Amino acid sequence: MKEERSNGTKKGLNIHARRGLAYIVLAVISVLCLFWFFLLFINTTRSHSELNRGFSVVPGKYLLTNIQNLIRMGERLPILTGLWNSFIVAGLSAVLSTYFSVMTAYAIHAYEFKLKKFMFTFILMIMMIPTQVTALGFLQLVSRMRLEDSFIPLIVPTIAAPVTFFYMKQYMESSLPLSLIEAARIDGSGEFRTFNSIVMPLMKPAIAVQAIFTFVSSWNNYFTPALILHEPKKRTVPILIAQLRSMDWSSLDTGVVYAMIGLSIFPVIIVYLVLSKHIVQGVAMGSVKG
Amino acid sequence: MKKKVLSVLMAVTMLAGTLVACGSQPAAGGNQGGNENVGAGTEEGKVLNIYCWNNEFRERVVNLYPGYTKTDETHGTIGDVSVVWHETPNEGNAYQNNLDETLLKQDSAAADDKIDMFLIEADYALKYVDTGYTMAVKDLGITDADIANQYKYTQDVVTDSNGVLKGLSWQGCPGVLFYNREAAKEVFGSDDPATVQENVKDWATFNATAQAVSDKGYKIVSSAVDTYRTYSNNVTKPWVVDGKITIDDNIMNWVNDSKALVDAGYTGTHDLWSSDWSAGFFPEGKVFCYFGPAWFVNFSMSADQEGSVGYNGGWGATEGPQGFFWGGTWICAATGTDNPSLVKDIMLQMTTNQQIMTDIVTKYDDFVNNKPAMEAMAADTGYSSKILGGQNPLAMYCAGVDGLDLSNLSKYDQGCNEEFQKAMKNYFEGNATLDEALDLFYKAVVEKYPELTY
Amino acid sequence: MTMKSARRGKVVSYNKWGYIFLIPFVVVYLVFSFIPLVSTVYNSFFENYRSGLTQIGPTFIGLENFKTIFTSGEVWIYAKNTLIMWILGFIPQIILSLLLGAWFSDPSLRLKCQGFFKTVIYLPNLIMASAFAMLFFALFSDGGPINSLLIQIGILDTPFKFLSNIWSTRFLVAGMNCLMWFGNTTILLMAGMMGIDTSLFEAARVDGATSTQVFYRITLPLLRPILVYVMITSLIGGLQMFDVPQILTKGSGDPMRSTMTLIMYLNRHLFSKNYGMGGALSVILFIITGILSLAVYKFTNRKENN
Repeated sequence: MKEERSNGTKKGLNIHARRGLAYIVLAVISVLCLFWFFLLFINTTRSHSELNRGFSVVPGKYLLTNIQNLIRMGERLPILTGLWNSFIVAGLSAVLSTYFSVMTAYAIHAYEFKLKKFMFTFILMIMMIPTQVTALGFLQLVSRMRLEDSFIPLIVPTIAAPVTFFYMKQYMESSLPLSLIEAARIDGSGEFRTFNSIVMPLMKPAIAVQAIFTFVSSWNNYFTPALILHEPKKRTVPILIAQLRSMDWSSLDTGVVYAMIGLSIFPVIIVYLVLSKHIVQGVAMGSVKG
Repeated sequence: MKKKVLSVLMAVTMLAGTLVACGSQPAAGGNQGGNENVGAGTEEGKVLNIYCWNNEFRERVVNLYPGYTKTDETHGTIGDVSVVWHETPNEGNAYQNNLDETLLKQDSAAADDKIDMFLIEADYALKYVDTGYTMAVKDLGITDADIANQYKYTQDVVTDSNGVLKGLSWQGCPGVLFYNREAAKEVFGSDDPATVQENVKDWATFNATAQAVSDKGYKIVSSAVDTYRTYSNNVTKPWVVDGKITIDDNIMNWVNDSKALVDAGYTGTHDLWSSDWSAGFFPEGKVFCYFGPAWFVNFSMSADQEGSVGYNGGWGATEGPQGFFWGGTWICAATGTDNPSLVKDIMLQMTTNQQIMTDIVTKYDDFVNNKPAMEAMAADTGYSSKILGGQNPLAMYCAGVDGLDLSNLSKYDQGCNEEFQKAMKNYFEGNATLDEALDLFYKAVVEKYPELTY
Repeated sequence: MTMKSARRGKVVSYNKWGYIFLIPFVVVYLVFSFIPLVSTVYNSFFENYRSGLTQIGPTFIGLENFKTIFTSGEVWIYAKNTLIMWILGFIPQIILSLLLGAWFSDPSLRLKCQGFFKTVIYLPNLIMASAFAMLFFALFSDGGPINSLLIQIGILDTPFKFLSNIWSTRFLVAGMNCLMWFGNTTILLMAGMMGIDTSLFEAARVDGATSTQVFYRITLPLLRPILVYVMITSLIGGLQMFDVPQILTKGSGDPMRSTMTLIMYLNRHLFSKNYGMGGALSVILFIITGILSLAVYKFTNRKENN
C-alpha cells in the first residue's frame, strides 16, 4: 500500500516527463511511418536511370515526365478501369465481409442453439488453415465453375472470413451486452431488424476496423486476381503494376512503376481516412453507452 | 532521347547501307502489300489467340505486320480474322501458370478459344517445345530455306529432343563484354578493343587481369552472377541426364573462378538489377566490365543519365572470353490451332521478311535474327554507337554468336539456373561450404522437379 | 412461473435465428473453401504433381508424402525459423501497441494531435509488400544510406551485407513485419479500448489510482477478449508468414534457408503443382497451428479464471 502510494506520487510528479516521453516516442514512430511515403514520392520524381543509381533523398526532375509517361501508358494499360475494378472488388469485399461477419458472430454470440459450440470451434479451426494451399484447389474450382474473368470469386468468398468473424465475436464479448438485445425484443423489434438497427450501429468501430483491413488486403492482392482475371478490361491495380514491371527492357521504366504505385496508394489512403473517422466516432458511442 | 538518336542513326545507315530492298519507312499501320495471307483466313478460324507476357511482340506485329488493323490495345483484325492478345505478366510465374492451364485444356476448347500462338523465353523453352503442345515449324509449311538466314543458336533453343524445330525468333541477343574505357586506359594504357581483348581472351587471362584491374581500384565485374551466362552457355552436358541432375565442368569452373574472385575482393555477390550491381554504370561505381547484349547497353545501363559512363560514351565492346546470349523471345505455334496458315505467315513475316527485319532494327533497336542483314550493318563504317564511344560493335556480336552451341539445353534449365546461382551465393559469401551449397542446390531443384534424382 | 415458461418459449423461437444468421457464412464457406480444403487433405495421400506440362499421378501412396517430409526433418527447421522471426517481430509490436493504446486512452496525459498519430501508425500497411521491399533493398544495400551512415559515424569500415547474414536478415524481416503490422494491432486494441466504459476510468481516478494501476487493473482485463484475438490471429498470421521474407530474399530464404518459413517451403512445392507434398505440408502446418493456438487460448483463459 505504502509502496503504491509513493509510486503514485512519483508518477504524479513525472506527468510532464511521461508526456514528453510519449511525444518523443510518437514523433519517432510517425517519422518511421511517414518516411516510406516520402521515399515513394522521391522515387516517383526520378527517372529510370536515376533509380538505377540507388537511393536518394533529393527529388529528381522527372515527376511530370513520369506522370506523362504513365498517362501515355494509359492508352496501353487501362489504368482508370483498373482503379475502378480494384475499387469495386475491394469495396464490395469490405462491405460483404464485415456485414456477414457481424451476422455470423451475432448468431454465435446472441443465440443458444445445439450446434453453437461446434460452429464456433469449427470456424476457429478453419481460421488455422493456411490459405496458400487451398489457393490451388480454389483456382481449379473457379475454372470448373466457369467464373474466370469474373469478380465473383474475388468478392463472394470474403463473406466467409473466419478472422473477421473472430474479431467481431471478441468485440461483441467486450462491448455488446445481451441486455440491450433483450430490451429491443421487449420493445417488439424483430430479430433481423434488431440486428440491422441496433447491433450494426453498435459495432461501428469494429466494422470500420475490419473494413479497412479487408479493403487494403483486397486492394493489394496480386496472386489470385492475376490467375483469374485475363481480360484486360477486368484487371486490377496490382496486375497493372506487375505488367509495368514485366515490360521488355527497352520500355521498362521504374520511374513509371513508382508513379503507378503512388497513384494506387491514394484511393486506399482516402478510404482509410474516411473509415478511421468512424473508429474515432465510436468513442462518443462508448461514453453514451456508459 | 537516346533511343530516338539511335533510331535515326540506324535509319540513316539503312538508307545508305548495303541493305537494298526498300529503304522507305513504312507508314503507321504498315500497309505495304504482299499480303498472301488475307483470304486464306476465310477457310480457317475466325479468332487468332496469342498468349504473351508483355507488349514487345505485339508492338512489332501491330506496327509492321502487313494488313494488321488495330481495334484497341489487345484486339485487332487481320483480314476477317480477329486477333486477341492474352497478356499475363511474368511476375509470380503467372504467365506460365496461365499458359499451362489453358494449354492443358486445348483439346477440349472450342475452336475460337484455342491458343493459336504463344511466346516463350529460352530458359523454359524446352518445357513447351519438348511436348506435343507445340507444332513443328515444318508442319506449318516453313522450309529450311525460309529460315536459312537465322542464327543457329536461336534455333537450338527451340529444337526438341528429337531434333525437330518448333519455334522461331525475330531477335538475336548475342552478348559481348562491355569495358569501361577509362579503366582500360588506366590499367592497360589503352582503351583499344584489341588490347583489352588480349587481356580477357580466356578465363585464365580474365582472372589474372582481375588483379591488375583491382590494383587500380576497379572491380573486374560487378558481381559473380555477371559471368554466369557466359559459362553456362558453353556447357557440354545438359543440366539433367537420364533423370539425374548433373553439373557441367564449365559450371564448376564458374564456381571456382568466382569464389576466388569474391574472396580476393575483385568482385561482389550482388543480385542482378540491384542498385549495388548497377552502381558500375556510373564512374564512381568503379566496375571494369559488364557482360551483355545490344539491348543491355542500349536501354539498361543508364546511358541517358548525365554523368553515367554510357552518357559520356565511356564503354567499349570486345568479344570477351566466350560467346553467350542473353534474352530473346520465341514464337511457337500451338498444336490444335485453327489458323495454321495465318500463324505460319506471321511467323515467317516477323522472323524472315527482310523488310520487316530492317524495320525492326530501325524502329526498335533490336539485333535481329538475320545474318546477312546484321553482317551488312557490321561492315558498315557509317554506323557507330555513341554509348560505345563511336565503336561499331555489331561485328563482335556476330562473331560471338556464331560459335555458340546450345544443343545442351534441358526443360529444367529455368529452375536449375536460378537455384544454382542462389545456392552458390551462400558459398561465395561464406555462409556455406561448397558441399553444403551444392546440397542446397540439389534439394531446391528436386523440390521444383520431384521426378529428378541426384 | 408463467414468466419463466413464456420466456423459455421465446428463447426456443429465437434459436432458429442463430441458424438463419449462419446460413450465408456456411453456404459460402462450403462452396468456396470447403471443397478446396477437402481436396487438399485428400491429395496429401497421393503422388500428384506436374513435370512441365506432364501430369504425374494421382497415384495413391498412403503416408509416403508425410514420411518424406519427416525423414528429411527440414520442416522443423522452417518451423523454427518462422517462430523466431514471428517472435522477433511480435514482441516489439505488441509492446508498442499496448503502450500507444495506454497512452491514447490515458486521460491524464491529455496528448494533443491524437487523431494525427492514430492515423499515421496504420499508414505503412497501405503500401504493398512488394513496393515496401523495393524501398528496403535500396535502403539496406551495400551502397545504401544505412551503410553510408554507419560508415560515416565510424561503426563500420566496410559496408555490412544486411541480407547475407542470418540474424540481420531475420531482424530485417521481423522489422518490416513489425512496421507493417503494428498499426494494425494498435487499431484493433484501440477499437477494443473504445468499447470500455469511460466512467470506469473516471471512477478509478477519483479513487486515486495511478495510470499504471488503471492500465493493469481496468484496461488490460477488459481488453482481454481483444488481446486473445490479437495473440491468436498474430500467431496464426505469423505461422503463415510469407510475403515479406519471400520478397526480401527473392524466395530463396537465404542465407542457407535460415529465413525460409513454412509457407515459403510450401510455396516451393506449388511450382510443380505438387498437390501431394503441398497437401501433406498443409496438413502438418494445420496441426502445428492448431496445437499452438489451443495452447495460447487455454493459457489466456486460465489467466482469466485466476
